[in-house]
Amino acid sequence: MVSKKNINAKPLTLIIEKMFFICACISILSLLIITVYLFISGGPPIFKIGFFNFLFGMEWNPEASKFGILPMITSSLLATLGSVIIGVVVGLFVAIFLAEIGPKWLVKPFSFAIELLAGIPSVVFGFFGLIVIVPLIYNNLGQPISGGLSLLAVIIILSIMILPTIINISETSIRAVRKEYKEGSLALGASHIQTIFKVLIPAAKSGIFTGIVLGIGRAIGETMAVILVAGNSVQMPTGILSSVRTLTSNIALEMGYSADLHREALFATGVVLFTFIMILNILLNVFIRNRRAEL
Amino acid sequence: MRTQTKISDFIIKIFIWLFTLIAVGALILIVGFVLIKGLPYISWNFIVSPDTGILPMIVTTLIIIPLTLIIAAPIGICSAIYLVEYARPGKIVNLIRFATESLAGIPSIIYGLFGYVFFCLTLGFNYSILSGSLTLSIMVLPTIIRTTEEAIKTVPNSYREGSLALGATKLTTIFKIILPSSISGILTAIILSIGRIVGETAAVIFTLGTVTDMPKNLMSSGRTLATHMYNLAREGTNENAAFATAAVLIIVVALINLSARSVAGQFQKKLHSKK
Repeated sequence: MVSKKNINAKPLTLIIEKMFFICACISILSLLIITVYLFISGGPPIFKIGFFNFLFGMEWNPEASKFGILPMITSSLLATLGSVIIGVVVGLFVAIFLAEIGPKWLVKPFSFAIELLAGIPSVVFGFFGLIVIVPLIYNNLGQPISGGLSLLAVIIILSIMILPTIINISETSIRAVRKEYKEGSLALGASHIQTIFKVLIPAAKSGIFTGIVLGIGRAIGETMAVILVAGNSVQMPTGILSSVRTLTSNIALEMGYSADLHREALFATGVVLFTFIMILNILLNVFIRNRRAEL
Repeated sequence: MRTQTKISDFIIKIFIWLFTLIAVGALILIVGFVLIKGLPYISWNFIVSPDTGILPMIVTTLIIIPLTLIIAAPIGICSAIYLVEYARPGKIVNLIRFATESLAGIPSIIYGLFGYVFFCLTLGFNYSILSGSLTLSIMVLPTIIRTTEEAIKTVPNSYREGSLALGATKLTTIFKIILPSSISGILTAIILSIGRIVGETAAVIFTLGTVTDMPKNLMSSGRTLATHMYNLAREGTNENAAFATAAVLIIVVALINLSARSVAGQFQKKLHSKK
């Protein structure tokens, strides 16, 4: 009886089980198609423009067929660096607060606040930056010609945006450190703060690095919020108050009206951005594996 | 020595409190500012006015959400089932995990570019609700897979063993025991995805377009609330409408977060009561 049922069920079961497998492969397929299409549309133009002229060219002037993206690469990297430094310092301290220092009645509402911060759409951040932070910069930092639309504004907005990512993952990994470590350190006479910085954080480091890499990815990839506060002039940033254009905003700003080689150059910009991100992803994969090994 | 430690500990503690208050303060400032400036402008007219009303954007957003989920949820849930219940550690699983992690890390502007080339041009869907939903469904796939995976993993092994011992097949066990037990986790995954769909701009603008008309069918171009908000902020001509739209977005996102929390909370409770 039982065996008969099993035999009858087999073909359908096999089909459904194969379907699970096929669904799981759709992620791989999607990643593959995205990579292929992006490189088909954006790879050849890099060589049409000239690899060196494109990556290290200082001038972006589509009308004169000049497509150099070094200023945008520099701006993207500076904006990311600045926001990650602020985001990591603040984020790590907040994570310590939530995991170790904060009283329980504050930790709950605060972690809800951080969760909410993660959910706010990026345009809202950008709009807030445009209405509040840009005028603040303009009025308090010597009324720069950029009108406050600047690298500084980008850094401030991005560091707020990447905070939840860094806090969330750091907090989880600090909490995941074995209790014995903490108890051992305290028993040896170290203070709570010493234990946190000398024992817990080193033990949670691969989790914290994961958070940082995810934060970098979010900062370098953010588009709409950045456009609203960056000023978007194509120039090498000369200071923290210069108007800048990042790789992402270059694509989004000009896609609408571009054609021919200009459009291809925008896809090529996408390829450069994608390459940065994939390098980060590979790094991330290594950290995640280390983290699993540690746990 | 002892007092030195005490002093440095004290200073560090002050910094921890300070930075925490700054982070939470930033949220309160942003949310408070937008709500105070935006709420007074939300009116019946703001929604239904034929020229500037946001009704078409609300409708477009409400169509995009279920359409994206219909595509992404079954694929994501089946992937999670495969990863937890069937997959053995090895190359394929590593590859699937790498792909999921990578998809989660790709910036939305890249999804926009890809969606434009692939769905709008290559497949000929043009700027449309269909192109937008297909692009978004790839974007939310990692969220659904990961969250569902976590949920399925928390189903106690005794459930599986009990079901199998009673003579149920593996597939019956999955559909009758494992999926029902992880339903709140799956719901959380879906709610989180809705949050992402509602807030997304860059990927949507290049696949759905920016037309402000009421959508007629799946091939219509349109605007979601978030892309509308972006256009308002960029044009800078109607700041009040931008604030009001931002306020609507924040309220929607807060509701989504709250419901995700309560669903996840129930899930935890259920889990503990069963243990």
